[in-house]
Amino acid sequence: MTHQRRALDTLEIAAGNGLLHRRAFLTSGAALAAAMTGYTLSDTASAQQLTDAPWSTKAGIPIPEYATPSSYEKHVVRTLTNPKGEPRTQHARTPHHLVNGTFTPNGLHFVISHSGAPDIDPAQHRLVVHGLVKQPLEFTLDTLARYPMQSRMTFVECGGNSAPLFSNEPVQANVQTIHGLASCAEWTGVMLSTLLEEAGIDPKAKWLIAEGADSLALSRSVPLSKALDDAMIALYQNGERLMPGNGYPMRLLLPGWEGNMNVKWLRRIKLVDQPGMSYYEARTYAPVLPNGKAYQFYFLQEVKSFLTHPSPGLKMSGPGFYEVSGVAYSASGRIAKVMVTADGGRTWAQAALQEPVLPKAFTRFRLPWKWDGGPAVLQSRAWDEAGNVQPTRAEVIARRGQTKTPVTNPTAFPSQHYNGPTSWAVARNGEVTHVYA
Amino acid sequence: MCMRNALIAIALAVLANPVFAQGLGKHISESDVAAWDISILPDGTGLPAGNGTPQQGATVFASKCAVCHGENGKGATAAALVGGEPLTSGIETAKTVANFWPYATTLFDFTRRAMPWPRPRTLTNDEVYALTAFILAQNKIIGAEDVMNAQSLPKVRMPNRDGFIPRFPERIP
Repeated sequence: MTHQRRALDTLEIAAGNGLLHRRAFLTSGAALAAAMTGYTLSDTASAQQLTDAPWSTKAGIPIPEYATPSSYEKHVVRTLTNPKGEPRTQHARTPHHLVNGTFTPNGLHFVISHSGAPDIDPAQHRLVVHGLVKQPLEFTLDTLARYPMQSRMTFVECGGNSAPLFSNEPVQANVQTIHGLASCAEWTGVMLSTLLEEAGIDPKAKWLIAEGADSLALSRSVPLSKALDDAMIALYQNGERLMPGNGYPMRLLLPGWEGNMNVKWLRRIKLVDQPGMSYYEARTYAPVLPNGKAYQFYFLQEVKSFLTHPSPGLKMSGPGFYEVSGVAYSASGRIAKVMVTADGGRTWAQAALQEPVLPKAFTRFRLPWKWDGGPAVLQSRAWDEAGNVQPTRAEVIARRGQTKTPVTNPTAFPSQHYNGPTSWAVARNGEVTHVYA
Repeated sequence: MCMRNALIAIALAVLANPVFAQGLGKHISESDVAAWDISILPDGTGLPAGNGTPQQGATVFASKCAVCHGENGKGATAAALVGGEPLTSGIETAKTVANFWPYATTLFDFTRRAMPWPRPRTLTNDEVYALTAFILAQNKIIGAEDVMNAQSLPKVRMPNRDGFIPRFPERIP
């Protein structure tokens, strides 16, 4: 123990209030792990002498055909805004503070549905490509399964994710409530360009309208250039068929672009010469600006990061060593750098990025932190490979405005497309709260 | 001869499509898609035959819409369809037909594809024109006697038509 303490005492300080150099993960791994304090959801039991537990003295339960997490993980679930399916939108948010790594398990992937998830029989589902094409085509799921497939990791994020940050006072909510409308998965399917080339694109075509088989026949217009770049008809999500809420049996995947444009339950693609100005693009996902104008076609989910550990609800269990971590992502490619502060932005340290760093995908970042037990304000900022910098909250608010009165409903959407930082304050008692810094 | 032509055709197809499994889409015609093709463009492309007046729309609204959207569209469990604060009131201003929607065609399109919420795509085209006319007239965007149809609807000038800035103009085709 004294040996480890000595090793840790020599760790290089990288920024104020105890942030250590990311190199510590490489040079001091074991010593660091032994000294790590860890976050708790509740008070932990004190150590006692080791004995065999009941589960170690008899055979376990039978293994099921389809596994679900341990019964001790029942709290690791999405939060729902409309569990009874009343005639309004439903949101299911990812518990970022209770998972780790970069990919979101399918059962925890966020969902927004404006009229529930249709119960689609895959044998009867059809995808049609028509409009400004030489030959309209119809595809079944079986037909699509015979095409060459590709897999790619990519995040999907609702344009309204992080909306509480537009409140003029910090909304007291956890990372799941504030940032839970973004998730990341490996998607497998057929490139849309393959199907469009087969149909033959009329040179007059500039956009496509994608439409779902849901009761609202949700539709969005997509520039043809994006469709031919990296758009996919996704059939698999993390290796299994899409979840019903994520578009079973097929969805449009537009890596990095506004979640609502990634049309789920996809049944129709029509090539057109102008955007359709559908309800969701002409009205819903067009944020109002302070001067009364509104942004239209806010396609990209711009570079963003947020801390998941610590975050509200994950209590710091006393002074000591902690791993600060979070996720960063950008529609413009790979994450290049993430900086972390523990003193409210006065000094910054560069975080370690978990490899592989993939374009338009969650990138996990980590940094060791020696918390001295005093007040601290943690925040992260990300840079992407295209040179985009995650703006400060002040920069976002200067352009986009904020509410005149504090937002009281943390799941409401005062505006959309907030990509500034989030600040967590750690109090002496280890409680973590949301602040502006 | 027939056999030989068929073999040549297959060989040409294989050469033209080096990827092993292309060309599997079933050829269909636009008429096959007609029942699904409910896309309406802002220039009026796709608008069906039919027509309706605000007065006709008031009747349909009272029986099929008011239960959620309130009497005469003043709002209830679902959003108000009449009125709206100026957008300069703040970024969280509720977006309405009167203060926000740039195109009247969107009103027809969304009503036809998604409403009434529990029974979408059960309204006739005449009913959708009438409801569109009713909501536009309630907002004083058209006159109380104006008939909405495929010719007149795209010509309606919405108050906030020029209120938008493309966020990524370089990506607009």
